[in-house]
Amino acid sequence: MSLYKNVTSKPWEYSSPTLGSGPESAFDTPSERIALTLFLVVVSVIFSLLTVTYYLRMDLGDWVPLTDPGLLWLNTALLIASSVLFQLARNASQTDRRQQTRTLFLAAGVLAISFVIGQIVVWQQLAATGLGVASNPASAFFYLLTGMHAAHILGGLWVWSKTLLRFFGDNELQDLRLSVSLCTTYWHFLLVLWVFIFAVLTNT
Amino acid sequence: MAYVPIADQDHELHDPHSFVTKYIWSQDHKVIAIQYGGTAILVGLVALVLSALMRLQLGFPDTFSLIDPSAYYQAVTMHGMIMVVYLLTALFLGGFGNYLIPLMCGTRDMVFPFLNMLSFWVYLLSVLILMSSFFVTGGPTGAGWTLYPPQTITPGTPGHDTGILLMLISLGVFIIAFTMGGLNYVTTILQARARGLTMMRLPLSVWGILVATVLGLFAFPALLVSAIMMTFDLTLGTSFFMPAIMAAGEQMDYNGGSPILFQHLFWFFGHPEVYIVALPAFGLVSDVLSTHARKNIFGYRMMVWAIISIGGLSFIVWAHHMYVSGMNPYFGFFFATTTLIIAVPTAMKVYNWVLTLWEGDIRLNTPMLFAIGFVFTFVHGGLTGLFLGNVVIDLPLSDTYFVVAHFHMVMGVSPVLVLFASLYHWFPKVTGRMMNETLGKLHFWCTFLGTYAIYLPMHYLGFLGVPRRYYAMGSTDFIPESAQALNANITIAAIFVGVVQILFFINVFWSLRNGKPAGNNPWGANSLEWQTPDTPPKHGNWGPELPVVHRWAYDYSVPGYPQDFIPQNVAGDFGVSEDHDHDVAKEEQSGA
Amino acid sequence: MAIAVVLVLLVIGSVIFHLISPWWFTDIASNWESVDFTIGLTFWVTGTVFIAVNLFMAYCVYRFRHKEGHKAVYEPENSKLEIGLSVATALGVVAMLAPGLFVWASFVTPPDDAAEFEVVGQQWQWSFRYPGRDGQLGTVDTRFISETNPFGINPEDPNGQDDVLVKDPEMYLPVGKPVKALLRSKDVLHNYTVPQFRVKMDMVPGMVTYLWFTPTETGSYDILCEELCGIGHHVMRGRVVVTEQAQFDSWLASQPTFAQMSSRAPASASSGQQQFAICASCHGQQGEGNPAMNAPRLNGLQPWYIERQLKYYQSGVRGAHPDDQYGRQMAPMASMLNSDDAIRNMAAYISQLPVTDSPDTISGNAGNGMSLYNANCAACHGADGSGSWATDAPHIAGMSDWYIANQLRNFKAEIRGAHADDDYGEQMVSFATAMKNEQQLNDVIAYLNSLQ
Repeated sequence: MSLYKNVTSKPWEYSSPTLGSGPESAFDTPSERIALTLFLVVVSVIFSLLTVTYYLRMDLGDWVPLTDPGLLWLNTALLIASSVLFQLARNASQTDRRQQTRTLFLAAGVLAISFVIGQIVVWQQLAATGLGVASNPASAFFYLLTGMHAAHILGGLWVWSKTLLRFFGDNELQDLRLSVSLCTTYWHFLLVLWVFIFAVLTNT
Repeated sequence: MAYVPIADQDHELHDPHSFVTKYIWSQDHKVIAIQYGGTAILVGLVALVLSALMRLQLGFPDTFSLIDPSAYYQAVTMHGMIMVVYLLTALFLGGFGNYLIPLMCGTRDMVFPFLNMLSFWVYLLSVLILMSSFFVTGGPTGAGWTLYPPQTITPGTPGHDTGILLMLISLGVFIIAFTMGGLNYVTTILQARARGLTMMRLPLSVWGILVATVLGLFAFPALLVSAIMMTFDLTLGTSFFMPAIMAAGEQMDYNGGSPILFQHLFWFFGHPEVYIVALPAFGLVSDVLSTHARKNIFGYRMMVWAIISIGGLSFIVWAHHMYVSGMNPYFGFFFATTTLIIAVPTAMKVYNWVLTLWEGDIRLNTPMLFAIGFVFTFVHGGLTGLFLGNVVIDLPLSDTYFVVAHFHMVMGVSPVLVLFASLYHWFPKVTGRMMNETLGKLHFWCTFLGTYAIYLPMHYLGFLGVPRRYYAMGSTDFIPESAQALNANITIAAIFVGVVQILFFINVFWSLRNGKPAGNNPWGANSLEWQTPDTPPKHGNWGPELPVVHRWAYDYSVPGYPQDFIPQNVAGDFGVSEDHDHDVAKEEQSGA
Repeated sequence: MAIAVVLVLLVIGSVIFHLISPWWFTDIASNWESVDFTIGLTFWVTGTVFIAVNLFMAYCVYRFRHKEGHKAVYEPENSKLEIGLSVATALGVVAMLAPGLFVWASFVTPPDDAAEFEVVGQQWQWSFRYPGRDGQLGTVDTRFISETNPFGINPEDPNGQDDVLVKDPEMYLPVGKPVKALLRSKDVLHNYTVPQFRVKMDMVPGMVTYLWFTPTETGSYDILCEELCGIGHHVMRGRVVVTEQAQFDSWLASQPTFAQMSSRAPASASSGQQQFAICASCHGQQGEGNPAMNAPRLNGLQPWYIERQLKYYQSGVRGAHPDDQYGRQMAPMASMLNSDDAIRNMAAYISQLPVTDSPDTISGNAGNGMSLYNANCAACHGADGSGSWATDAPHIAGMSDWYIANQLRNFKAEIRGAHADDDYGEQMVSFATAMKNEQQLNDVIAYLNSLQ
């Protein structure tokens, strides 16, 4: 039903339901994907608020810009690679290549893990230069933003590991296809989110 | 959603048999709803006791010295936070949302039953963390439910170390629980409605819950962000919200942060939170009014759009809580305007509730009495909101008893009256038995008149300028002795209202055993939850066949139809078409 | 049916309550009649709606209550009616909002000739600062705050030298002159409220907020804190006295400037020693106290506390209450110090006496006392009971315990602390109630004894 029709329809008028056995759905996609999309909107709100807060706090006079560690570029590359492998895994799952899907899916997750390890190394480097979380507002935000992002990666890895276990069981690929696809969407989102955070951090 | 044909749903239909899978680790939305509701009511009783302690202190400062100043501020804080978040939000969305969404939408359960169960257990965890703060050194936080820094985490505030940390953790856990539940509710409503049940045919209860849930999903992140940042300030020594300040003559180790920044984040959550509580109440009360007036809800489409526009507007009015906070005073112009704009859709809802009664066939049973009581208190509370929203009037009135009276009227008493209306209305569906009408009516009269006796005079103390959040008024020149007498009367009314709630619990437990059997549809209601083959509905709700919907939920007293209601799943056009105007309807009625 | 009648009665009752209520706005004492006008306007618009909607609802309930054979009318919506009501509501909203916004515009733009003064909030005290002859306030910073510079004025800033500092919670304003209050806080959020002036604003640490008004009536008004600021929120009280210009000027001239405060000659302990002999007859040579004479230990007390108490005894703020038996003995003794300098010297002498031990005479459950103490007392007197200049709280740990117990009883009974000029007395009156009975009082004393 078109939006306009929906808005202007008079619900008290009688119309028999269109035939079909399915439920009324607003979108023709699996519920899991709707829920994931909603969740991503929620996460976007969280990071938008953090960003707004970041810029407001920046104007309060005691801001000391941070020199971002060069290792962040390598980590970014790792996350891009991870995202690409997820996409390849998803493509492979669409064409019924179970073995290849599993390999790519596993590799993608490993790259994501190395991204998180890379972030921890960045924190250690930063702490070694004397910039702790309470040193100044810029470093506090650095740890906060990267930490929150890493927490979301870890959450994703939890789902990833559950799916991976199912790959090593004797599940049919068609039962796993949706999980692979949702993981891919989530990883693309986290990549975009990371690039955004990285841009904010390096430009201020 | 890939639709699962009914024949293939056997694995979902089977009844769990053991006690544990049926009542404890249940994934049935109805059991989860009762778990949510029961927990919320229990923790709400804690908050009720706290308010009694506060009122005794305020009304009789010399007679009952039950609590000292720090305990008073702790009671203020915990009462507010529990009532707003852990009782009302959880009960409306986790309780009523869980129970009614699948039944009103004609589905067997939420789309993610396991996530739904997890949501409850995580919510319970958040409640336990919050309650544990009563037992730690220093006790719970006494910073006020708004948790404004720097005060929240500086000495001079009760529970400024452990209590506040537990509060922040508990809020974080609650938000996780809410998000799990919320994703479920929205997805279920969007994707799994029964065949024929278009969005514009949904009962307003579902609309209210849907929009409130969406608000929650967008608003709680602001609370989460501010809680996380405050936890950093508290435990790691960052200065997000903490400027350079003194504590007991020593300079604290903070610099440069902004307390106002926290307030913006907090109210970006806090104002929508008001509507997270109010919108489900708006929806539920619409259905109660319509059913018992035997008349369609007046202006359904206006009601839906009012809910949506109130929800949308609630995100651009937050700083009306901050007119005198020291923020840029020019914001006042914008926020006063947006705030008063909200009055228009809200007033339309009130008009439509009253117009639903117009030319109805009103059955004055207990749920209806509570619903009518709600309209009265909501009108009162809504109108006083026009005072506080209008920025200059907020200058003398902010932080006085007027504010306390206003928000208790609008988001305390009013939603609670709807809660009771809904509990009396849906109890027969949940348990299969009617509640006792005599006890119910007695409960209504005591609650309704009692709360008005609390809050009407309280507004006048606010006009006088009596400040809120004062442990004792102490000596001032402008507060006459009579104000203390009035305060004592308010306390008596408050204690009375608190005590008579026992009537409700007696009624519940009495009716569970001795109530009149209700049958499937005791009120003659149209919406799907009343059309289940069993009452209480069995696991899976609908037996072998899912319902198919042919009409909206408000076909009451349709001219020419023998019954005064036509359930949503009854097929057939009974001659009500768009050119049936008012007079024609009347003629038909007199002809019949 | 009953509900229809009750709704009508509630509407009538509300109107009657409004008409007979003695609780209404205080008489306005500033230029903000426009605020009162907006309130009046809003009151009548919303009052009309309240009466109309509820009477109409009562009528509906009465007229359309269920009767056998009656059937409701089927009417899904009525666009004309709904649009009409929306427009009428919108017009009502505009009528209330528009005047409000004009008043707000004048509130946010103080007149150019408004005289500035500063209000400083801290837990749980008020202090005030007026610009000196140069008409300019000196800059301030939290890091300058110390016992000798409680306002945190930048000592390098020439503008700050002649700033007039009012450490008491009482301020004066000239009548009929617009003033702009600059508000700041040293610790947490506070709010500067004088109900009769109608305007208020939060005080936020780290920034300066403002409000402006013109006092129009002479008199003395309460200043209240109206932003929750910790356990002493309700006892953070002050006064503003609005007087004629001349009286204001002479009051202002009698207050010390920052330069005077910082260049004051140190008190002479040796001069104090000469006059201490008379004190020693009761309080002992070392100021160690003598329970037999009902004289408490003095050594260990901070000089500013001794100074304040001696002045209170002299002016009858303390020791004048008929039930204050021992205070009444002290009052004439204090009067023997005949100048401010004599008092300062005495305080200086006592505060440098070697600290002695006081014998414990009261026992109780120190563990229970600790939780009471930490919840109610520690915020001002410190976790170790050593007191603080910042909160004007004296050292109490290990002092003569029988004396502390007596004073707590006096505070509870308002024998001490209830005098209008006892700046922090009301705080003690309020917090002494935290010890609900003798047992709890003894517990706290026992804890204090354990702290020495």
